Amino acid sequence: MSTLSSKIQDVFNEPGCDKNQGKSDKERKKGCTKQLQPGGAAGGCAFDGAKIALQPITDVAHLVHGPIACEGNSWDNRGAKSSGSRLYRTGFTTDINETDVVFGGEKRLYKSIREIVDKYDPPAVFVYQTCVPAMIGDDIEVVCKAASEKFGKPVVPVNAPGFVGVKNLGNKLAGEALLEHVIGTREPDYTTPYDINIIGEYNLAGELWQVKPLLDELGIRVLACISGDAKYHEVAQSHRARAAMMVCSKAMINVSRKMEERYGIPFFEGSFYGIGDMSDSLREIARLLIERGADAELSDRTEALIAREEARAWAALEPYRERLAGKRVLLITGGVKSWSVVAALQEVGLEIVGTSVKKSTREDKERIKEIMGEEAHMIEDMTPREMYRMLSEARADIMLSGGRSQFVALKAKMPWMDINQERHHAFAGYVGMVEMIRRLDLALHNPIWQQVRTPAPWLAAEASNLRSLDVAQRNPGPSGGTSPDLGVTACLQATA
Amino acid sequence: MASVVKSKKACTVNPLKMSQPVGGALAFMGVRGSMPLLHGSQGCTSFGLVLFVRHFRESIPLQTTAMSEVATVLGGYENVEQAVLNIAQRTQPSLIGICSTGVTETKGDDVEGFITLIRERHPELAHIGLVYASTPDFKGAFQDGWAAAVTRMVETLVEVPTGPPRRGQVNLLPGCHLTPGDIEELREIIEAFGLAPVILPDLSDSLDGHIPDDFTPTTLGGTTLADIAGMGRSELTLAVGEQMRPAAAALGAKTGVPYVLFERLTGLVANDAFLMRLSELSGRPVPAKYRRQRSQLEDAMLDGHFFFGGCKVALGAEPDLLYAVGSFLAEMGCQIAAAVTTTESPLLERLPCDEVLIGDLEDLEQRAGDCDLLITHAHGRQLAERLQLPFFRLGLPMFDRLGAAHQLTVGYRGTRGLVFDIGNLLLAHGHEPGPDDWRLAHEPAAATLAAD
Repeated sequence: MSTLSSKIQDVFNEPGCDKNQGKSDKERKKGCTKQLQPGGAAGGCAFDGAKIALQPITDVAHLVHGPIACEGNSWDNRGAKSSGSRLYRTGFTTDINETDVVFGGEKRLYKSIREIVDKYDPPAVFVYQTCVPAMIGDDIEVVCKAASEKFGKPVVPVNAPGFVGVKNLGNKLAGEALLEHVIGTREPDYTTPYDINIIGEYNLAGELWQVKPLLDELGIRVLACISGDAKYHEVAQSHRARAAMMVCSKAMINVSRKMEERYGIPFFEGSFYGIGDMSDSLREIARLLIERGADAELSDRTEALIAREEARAWAALEPYRERLAGKRVLLITGGVKSWSVVAALQEVGLEIVGTSVKKSTREDKERIKEIMGEEAHMIEDMTPREMYRMLSEARADIMLSGGRSQFVALKAKMPWMDINQERHHAFAGYVGMVEMIRRLDLALHNPIWQQVRTPAPWLAAEASNLRSLDVAQRNPGPSGGTSPDLGVTACLQATA
Repeated sequence: MASVVKSKKACTVNPLKMSQPVGGALAFMGVRGSMPLLHGSQGCTSFGLVLFVRHFRESIPLQTTAMSEVATVLGGYENVEQAVLNIAQRTQPSLIGICSTGVTETKGDDVEGFITLIRERHPELAHIGLVYASTPDFKGAFQDGWAAAVTRMVETLVEVPTGPPRRGQVNLLPGCHLTPGDIEELREIIEAFGLAPVILPDLSDSLDGHIPDDFTPTTLGGTTLADIAGMGRSELTLAVGEQMRPAAAALGAKTGVPYVLFERLTGLVANDAFLMRLSELSGRPVPAKYRRQRSQLEDAMLDGHFFFGGCKVALGAEPDLLYAVGSFLAEMGCQIAAAVTTTESPLLERLPCDEVLIGDLEDLEQRAGDCDLLITHAHGRQLAERLQLPFFRLGLPMFDRLGAAHQLTVGYRGTRGLVFDIGNLLLAHGHEPGPDDWRLAHEPAAATLAAD
C-alpha cells in the first residue's frame, strides 16, 4: 500500500499539470480530486479509469483481480476498436469468493495467470488490483513478479483499486504502470525521424483510423498509440519516438511528461476534433518532428495536405450550414471535448447555450473563454433535473452528452447525440467532423420529433381551453426544423 | 436429473455472472419514489448504472456512498449517513434501498446498526423507508441479490395485518428473470380473474419505458410503500421463481398469508397450473381470452416442434431463467446439451439434462461446439460469432438489442412468442445438404482428391 500511496502522491505532484502547481503544499497533499459526495456522486472509480486507459492494448490479457462486480458487471462495454487481436475483448477475472477474502486471493491470482498463459499465450498479462483484494492485503506486485519470472513473460501489475479515487486518477495510475513496467523494455527494429507517439487516444469507434491515413500520407509513422489499437510490443518500444502528441486533455499527462524527461521526447497537447484543431495538431506534429531532425519540407507537405483536407471538409459541410444555423446546443461533457467540440460546432454556425466544465482543467476553461467569449455559459455541475428543464423549456434544441444522461433529453422529447466513450460513430479528423455534423443534422431533423411532440388527440382536446396565448409566447417551443408544433410541449408542461 | 458441477478454474473467463448488489439495486427500482444506494466505492455504482442503462435504455436512479480508501478502513457510518441525508434532500425519495458491496462486507460494516443510529439522530427522515440488504460481491450472483432485497423489503416494509384479508387482493413476487413486459403480462392475467395484485417489485411500472410528465430523479413508478405495507391483507401470495421462496416465506411468517410458488411460467403445462390456481382462488372460470391463447400456443407448438425436435441447445443463464427456458425447450423436444449457470439453486439438479455447470461463458463455449443453438445474454455474441451458432439473446444484460424490457417468456402468449422467435432462428439457419455430407469417414473427400 505504501508504494501505491507514494505513487498517488507522485501523480498529484505532476509538474506538467498546472492545476497542481497552483495549489499550496497542503492542498496538494489532499490530491487532485475533491472528496466524493456520498449520495451525490456519479462516475467511475480509479480501477475503471485504469482499465479504460489500458484495455485498448489489444493483444494483452487484461485480468481483473477482485470479486465478480468489477469485471462481471462491466466487461464488453466499450467500443475501442482493434485492427488485429481481439484478446482484449475477453473478460478475465479471478472472481474471488468468501474463502479468498478470508485466506487471501494471491494463490488464485497466480493460478489465474498460469491458466491464461497456458490457454491464450498473450505477449503480456495486465493484472488490475481492485478494492477487496487491496483491503485484505493481496500484494499483486509480488505475485506479478513471481509469475513473470516463472512464465517468462511480462505480467504487469496495475495498482489502482477503485476506492483510491476517481476515474481520472486511475488513468494516470495506469500510465504509471506503463512507465514502470512496459515503456522502454524493448527496442524497435528500426526508427525513422518521422516516428511519433500518440498518447491518450483510445481508438473509440475507430477514431484513430480517421487520422492515421493522413499521417501515413505524410510519411509519419505512429510508433505507438497509447493505447488505442496498440499491441504490447509497440508500447514497449515507444521510448524511441521523436515526438509525441497528447490527446484527451490530462488523462495521461504523466506519461507524456515523464517520457519527455526520461527519453527526451517533446510533446504537445492537441485535439483531433474540429477542423481547425485537427490542422493545428498536424502542424504541431510536423513542427516537432522537424525540430528533432525530420526534413523541413515536411512542413510544406503538411500545409498542402491541410489545405486540401480543409477545403474538402468545408465543401462537405456547406449543405448543413443553412439547416443548422442558429440551432442551440447544450453540451454536457468534460475535459478536452468541452472546448474542442465547441469550436467544431461553431464552425458550422451552431450556437452553444452551455458547456459543462465539471471535469475540465483550468486550461480547458481558458480555451472555452477564448472560443466562446468571456460570457461563455460554463456549467460546473448540472443536475439532470436542470438539464431536463433547459431542454423541455426549449432553451436548447439538442443535447450532446454521454450515454448515461441521454434519457434526460429523450424523455423531454428532445434530440440527443452521443459524444462520449460508448458512442458508435467516429468523430475525429476532417472526415469525423463532417460525420459529427451529419449525425447532428440527422438527430435534429428526424421526423419523429414532430410525432412524439404531438399530444394524444384526446389530451389536446382536453387541454385546448387551457392553452393560453400568453404561455405559448413565453415559451417559444423547440424549433425543430420542419416541426410546426411550436410551443406544444411547453404548453402541456405548463398545464400539466 | 442433472448433476451440478462447479468450475474448478482459478480464472473466470468471459463472465456469465453479475454481482449481488446490482441485483439488489434492480429490485429496489420496482418501488415508487425509490433510490437504490450501493454502500461501496464509486465504481460499484458506476458499473451498475452503465449496465442497466445499456440494458433498459432508461435513466437509472442509483447512488453511492462513495467510500474512499480511508473511509473503508475506518468504517462507513458517516458515508451512509451523509448519503441518506443528501439523497433525502436532493431527490425526496419515499425509499432508500441500501445494498452492501464487497468492500463494505470485507470491512464488516454494521449497516443495520447504522440505520438505527440514523433513525435516532434524524427523526425528520421518519417518512422515508430505509431498507438494507446484505449483498457481498464475492458471494452468490445477481439473482441472489434480488432475492435478498425483496426479502428485506418484505421484512421491513410489510405491516402485520390488523383487519381481515381484502377479498380478491393477491401478492405477486416476481423473480429477477421476469422482464417488465413479463410482469405486465402476469398482472393482466391476474386481473382478468377479477383479482387485484400487489406486485413487489413492480418493474412493469418503473422500467417499461413510458414517458413521464416531468423529470423525476428517483424511480418513475413502481409499487407504493402503502401497497407494500398492506400486502399482509392479501388472500394469497403468488411467487414466481425458486429465488422468491425466502421472500414468500418471510411474508407468510410475518402476516400469515399463504403462498404458492410457481417455479416457472414458461410452457403450456406451467401456465395451465397457474391459471387453474387463479380460477380456484377467484371462483371464476378461465376467461375466454386465455382459452383462445392456450389453443394458439398449442398450434404454435405443433407447427414449431419440427424444428425444435433433436435440436442441441447450449444455454447460459441464471438458475431460474435457465430452469424456465431449459425445461420448456426440453418439452419442445430439444436436447439441453450444455447448461451453464451462475449460482446455486435447488432447481439445478431438476433440469432435464446431464450436467449443469456453475461457471462462465468460456465453459459454455467449450461445451457448445457441436450445438445447433446458443441461448444466453448479450455477452454471448462473441462466442456465437466464433462458433458460428445461431444466437438467441435472453436475460440481462441485453445491450445490443432494442426492447430488452419487453421480451416476453411467460404466459401462453409469451411462450408462443418464444416458439416463434427461436423457431424462426432455427429455420433461418437450416443446414443445406452438400454432396460430402454423408461421405464415410475413411473415404477421402472428392475435394481433397482433386486438390492432390
